[in-house]
Amino acid sequence: MNTDHEWPLWEVFIRSKSGLDHKHCGSLHASDAAMAIQMARDVYTRRQEGTSVWVVRSDQITASDPDTKDSDFEPAEDKVYRHPTFYKLPPDVDHM
Amino acid sequence: MSTATTSVPTTTQAKALALAYVLRIGDACLIHGQRLAEWCGHAPVLEEDIALTNIALDHIGQTRLVLTLAGRLEGRGRDEDALAYLRGEHEFRNPTMLELPNGDFGRTVLRAYLWSAYMGVLWQALTTSSNADLAAIAAKSLKECRYHQRHAADWVVRLGDGTDESHRRVSTALNDLWPYCAEWFAADEVDEAAAATGLGPSWQSLAPAWQAIVLPLLNNAGLTPPEDTPFRSTGMQGRHSEHMGYLLAEMQSLARAFPGAVW
Repeated sequence: MNTDHEWPLWEVFIRSKSGLDHKHCGSLHASDAAMAIQMARDVYTRRQEGTSVWVVRSDQITASDPDTKDSDFEPAEDKVYRHPTFYKLPPDVDHM
Repeated sequence: MSTATTSVPTTTQAKALALAYVLRIGDACLIHGQRLAEWCGHAPVLEEDIALTNIALDHIGQTRLVLTLAGRLEGRGRDEDALAYLRGEHEFRNPTMLELPNGDFGRTVLRAYLWSAYMGVLWQALTTSSNADLAAIAAKSLKECRYHQRHAADWVVRLGDGTDESHRRVSTALNDLWPYCAEWFAADEVDEAAAATGLGPSWQSLAPAWQAIVLPLLNNAGLTPPEDTPFRSTGMQGRHSEHMGYLLAEMQSLARAFPGAVW
């Protein structure tokens, strides 16, 4: 396969009807941003999944290094005190 | 029995003319939808495969509504399936252009563009039809159609203004397809009756609006339509190209082999 002719990869984010934030829902190939938006509409919102679409070139995303996963994330495992679950909420604070 | 609440023409002649007008719309949706559906599994990339199939299914959805309405106007108890799958070639009233083979991808999207630009104008006008059902169908279809038009227009510009090869292909397609557009705007008694009763606009009257949309876009794509010729295709009169029989044979084979089949 001639990779020169392959379209770049885009990551697609959709905001659902009731949602406040755009959520990552997948990726697709498109030659530019305008086409990526149209393709995202056709591929990812066929079943009323969304009311707004974001796309971003996959190569524009910087990801954390999987090799440093241990030191990045495991230290949080035994820090239960970081979860504010020990407090008794006053009854008039309903929705916390 | 029909529960239609909207105006149904009474005299036989008026009824036949109204039916022909509605069939032209429903058959156009059906035949174009069938052609677009042929791309399922064959489009250049997966994403476009889904896009074309979505558009094809939008057309089939529009077809269901319009042919159901046509069946009621006809008043002989034929439903959408009977009209789609059990009519003979000469009973179909779609413009010839829509039954022509897809050809390559450029030709397909160019046809989809030329036609959806026209349907955008027609659906818009039909939202004020004297037939409330047709007006409601038009309002729903207009939104779908606008997207078809946008998607196809995007491709026409990309291909027309793309590589030498893409320009050559879409340019050849325009030369071949353009003469078939003339049929849409050839006025006849079906058109006149629809305009007189408020069922819908005379298609001829929509030509300037269509050209005002299409010509700038083609120009933008670096494409020039050929000179007009006296050629008039006749699909809207029920006289079709040699391709129509094959299309119907494939489309209708299951319904004819297994009458009343359901899943």
